[in-house]
Parts: sequence; C-alpha cells; structure tokens
Amino acid sequence: MVMENQASNEGSALRILDATKSFPAPDNVARNVALNATTLSVAAGEFISIIGPSGCGKSTLLRLIAGLDVPDSGELWVGNDRITGPSAERGLVFQDPNLFPWLTVSRNIQSGLVARGLLQRKRPEVDEFIRLVGLEKFAHAYPHHLSGGMAQRTALARALINHPRVLLLDEPLGALDAFTRMRMQDEVLRLWQARRTTMLLVTHDIDEAIYMADRIVVMTPHPGRVERTITVSLDRPRQRNSPEFLRLRGEILDLLHLTGNAGESANGKSGKNGLLEPEPAAQSL
Amino acid sequence: MLPIGQHPVSAVPQIAKEQLENPALNPPAAPGARWQTLLSVPAATLVTLAIHLCLPNNEPANEAGLYSRFLAGVLAVAILADGVQFLWSGLKRWMRNMCPIFAAAILTLCGWELITGVLHWLPLPYFPAPGAVLQSMVDDRALLLDCTWHSLVLLLSGYVLGVLIALVTGVCIGWSSHMRYWGMPVLKVVGPIPATAWIPLAMVLSPSAVFSSIILIALAVWFPVTMLTVSGIANTRASYLDVARTLGASRWYLIFRVAIPAAMPNIFVGLFMGLGTSFLTLVVAETVGVKSGLGWYVSWAQGWAEYGKVFAALIIMAAFFSTIMTVLFKVRDRVLGWQKGIIKW
Repeated sequence: MVMENQASNEGSALRILDATKSFPAPDNVARNVALNATTLSVAAGEFISIIGPSGCGKSTLLRLIAGLDVPDSGELWVGNDRITGPSAERGLVFQDPNLFPWLTVSRNIQSGLVARGLLQRKRPEVDEFIRLVGLEKFAHAYPHHLSGGMAQRTALARALINHPRVLLLDEPLGALDAFTRMRMQDEVLRLWQARRTTMLLVTHDIDEAIYMADRIVVMTPHPGRVERTITVSLDRPRQRNSPEFLRLRGEILDLLHLTGNAGESANGKSGKNGLLEPEPAAQSL
Repeated sequence: MLPIGQHPVSAVPQIAKEQLENPALNPPAAPGARWQTLLSVPAATLVTLAIHLCLPNNEPANEAGLYSRFLAGVLAVAILADGVQFLWSGLKRWMRNMCPIFAAAILTLCGWELITGVLHWLPLPYFPAPGAVLQSMVDDRALLLDCTWHSLVLLLSGYVLGVLIALVTGVCIGWSSHMRYWGMPVLKVVGPIPATAWIPLAMVLSPSAVFSSIILIALAVWFPVTMLTVSGIANTRASYLDVARTLGASRWYLIFRVAIPAAMPNIFVGLFMGLGTSFLTLVVAETVGVKSGLGWYVSWAQGWAEYGKVFAALIIMAAFFSTIMTVLFKVRDRVLGWQKGIIKW
C-alpha cells in the first residue's frame, strides 16, 4: 500500500496523507483536534503559503512536517522517506528567530554544520551563506545587536546552510514592521529562486500569501482542516495592486468570511484589511 | 606637551558645561575632573597623618613610626597620581571614579584611630589602633603569607571539586526526567543541610583534617551550583531545542551546545552562591580542625589575646575573598559576554 502511494505521487517533494493531530483540552479529559484528516501534496521546488485564522492547525501542520510532533494518525512523506522525527533536511524558521544568543551570527549560521559534524569539510559555505543574506559586517556580532530583520535573515541562513529539501517558515516575518516585512518577502523569494528549495510559509497576511506563493492553502479552524487550495498563476515579480491580485485577495477574504460567520466572527472581520489577527510570538518554555 | 599649570584653567569651562547639562549630578558621581575630587585623597591623608602625629595616643613603643611612614607613603602616591593623571587619560578616568572611595577609606582609618587610640571609647586590647594592626601585619608577615597560601589551596581544592561534581549532577538531573525522579529528593533533603553541620561526622570518617575540610567545602559548593544548574538546564527554551533538532542536532549537541550554554547565566548565579558558602565553610573548618590557614590564625591569635593580629588577619581575609570574587566576576564577564546588559564588575 505504501508503495502504491509512492507510485501515485511521483515527483512530489512532500506528501501529507490523512494526518490528524489532537492535543489534550484544558480539562485534561477531552482532546482538541488541532488538525483533522489533512491531505496535501507539494511538488519539488514549489512555494506554498498556508493561511487561516488562529487555531486552524497551520503551525501544527508545520511541526508535524518538521518531525517535532508525531501525528495521531496518517503519514507524512518527504520524497521516499517517511517522516519519523526531526531532520536537517527539513529546516524550520519561527516567527521569533530563536538565534542562540551565546553564538555570534557566523557561529549561529554554522551551527547546523557543527551539529552534523560537517564543519571541517564545509567551512567555506559559512561565508557564502553570510554573504547570501548580506550580513558580512555583522558576522561577529551577537544576536542582541541585530535588528529584527537581520536576526531573521540569520535564522534563514542557518536553516538553508543544511541544504534542506523542504524549508518550513512559521510566520517568519510576522514580528517585523511593514517596510522591513516587504523587503524580507523579496529576500525570501530571492533565496527560494536561487536555491529552488521547496518552501511552506505559514502566514496571517493575505497579501503576503498571494505575493509569495505558487499555491495558497486556506485553512479553517474547529477542527483545523484545509478549506481550499488556490493556485496563483501571476507572473513574478508580482504587482500588489494588479486586478488579478485583488481578485484573489477578495476570493480568500470571502472564504474566510464564510467560516467567520460560522465560527469565530472576530477573525473574519479583522480579515477585511487583509491581515488576520496576529498570533503572539511563540515563546513556550 | 602642555605645562601642567594650564590644565586647571582649561578644566573650568568643562565642569561648567557638565553642570549645565546635568544639574542633578551629585558631587561623588560627577565624571568631571574637578580639583576637589583629585585633592580629596591627599587632603584626607594629611588630616589622618596630622591626627596621628599631633594628638596624644598610646601607641606601643615598638611601632617606630610605621603607621606614619605608611600614611606618608599614601600621601606621596596620591600626590604623584594627581600629577600624572594630567598626562594619562586612563588614570584620570579611573581616579575620577575612585578618588572619593579612597578618601573615604582613609577617613575611616582616621575615625578608627580617633575612637581607639585618642578617645579610648573602645576597650583595649580588643580594639587596637590602626597603627598597631599594621605593626602586627608587618611583624607576622611570614606566618600570614603562609596561612593565606594554605587557605587558598584548601578553598580552591574544595571549590573546584564541588563545582565539577555539581555540574555533572546538575546536568544529569536537569536533562533526564528519570534522573530527576531519583536525584531531586536527595538534593532536596541533603542539600539544605549546612555543610558545617557535617563537621562531627567528617572528623570521624575522614583520615585527615585537610581531606575532610576539602569534602566539606565541596559539599557546601555542590548544593547551590547543582540546584541552579538543574533549573537552568530544565528551563532551556524549548524553541532552542526545537531549532537545534531541525538543524540535525544529536543528543550530545542538544546537551552540550544548547542546554548548557543556555543554562550558563543560572550556573554562574550558583557559582557565586557556592563561593559565598565556601568562604564560610573554609573559615569554620580552619577554626575547628585544620591547623593552618587564615581561619586558624584568627582563633590562634585570639587565644593569645593578640587582637592586632586578629584584625590583621581579618583585613587580609577581606582582601583575599574579594580578590577571588573579582576573579570569578571577570570569568563571568568573559563567558557571558554575549548577554545583553550584563553588569560588568
């Protein structure tokens, strides 16, 4: 059966088959279903945006792909390998850059190589990646000296130096101001086009989702599931005010409004300005 | 090179400007090179020297002007420094900061002499004048040096041993929930017992007083360092560990390259607490068992009612302990240089 699945999905970089994940509810008796029977197939080199209101399971989906959580049922595959745990071939960048504060920028970027014992062999790549994200002048600075954008660029370089097959981006630009954010969107696209890494971007920003992605996965909560997948066929670089862009924006807003009336109306309403209610930076202990 | 005489003149507008910029500045903290600050140390020394020489006091006959020579030396160094600081900006900055403290220290000596030697408010022989203490320190310098050396060796052996064991137990208990289940109760029950309470047992069990003292000091250090290491390791931000896992980290990397560095600020709090308890344990152990060291010297001198020597040993102890504390702060500043807003020692 497994072989059949592989055969029928030739060319997919990532496949999620019927994945379900639940967490204990606060009363510790019931369980909240964070992600319900989700199936998704991502082509190699594709850029996917995942959008939806809080609690729709998009971060849970990313953690399952990263291997940091194990699904209750269902399977996740990268190429021909089943995901059983975290691996360097699936990089993850959070909203909080989570740089190791005790390491300089350059040492943060090389930490993936150190962890895998490849530093000796691949040391020249460290400088290459520092250049790639334009942080030559800050190579020996500690993270607390960096601006939000620089810190996030460091986090991107740290994830990319492992040459992951899939890069998972969990609202990486969510904490940045509007201008830095737009510049960083182009930066991420540049990295994606240069390296052709498969990327999955979770975001609250509808414009960001349309601007970046080949396909947008719209998710809805209670329980978290994929509402619809929308293909974006606009040419790059995209114009944020082109008629097709605005039409897509309207379509996604409509999708989320419908669910907003049924479930959390607050999320649907705040979606009018193209931004969903932002989640606070994850700082769990 | 400018003639020295010009500088006080050029310093005046600078002071005025600073006072304009920050009228709330109070004199001791003022960063300006004001002449009051520079002259405070020589002035305080002169007053102290004058009181020592002019007012009648009952110095021991053998003092032979040692204290006067000491004060004269301080005066000479202070005046020399006041001259040199015009040419050396590093010294100038240091003196701006430190002069009021030194002046206060010298005035404290002066007050001490007034109370003990001149006014006789405190009974002899328990409270000798500073001159007598200085005399004891110089007379007994060989023994004091030997005692300081023995204290240092004992303290460092116990401290290093305790820290090494504490780091191992702390990391194990902090990292593994299995180890925490079995280790935490031991830590909670045995740890809070003051190390000095083990003295009777240590004397019976151990072959030598020195060995049992090392064990006691190690025990005193072990508890706080272990406790803080455990909390530091166990509170490592989960997202750091998540990131490291997605970068391909092994368990070894997670422990040694993520959890331990993340716990370092906590570990240093434990190291400082442990240093404090190790001083206490050292002095008690030397007083009770070991026949050398500064703690032993204090009780030995007290036995002979030589309180000058007691004070001399206390002064050396203060310098000795604060030097070790400073060394640890320097180490911390180096190791935790990455921390934002760390207070430099």
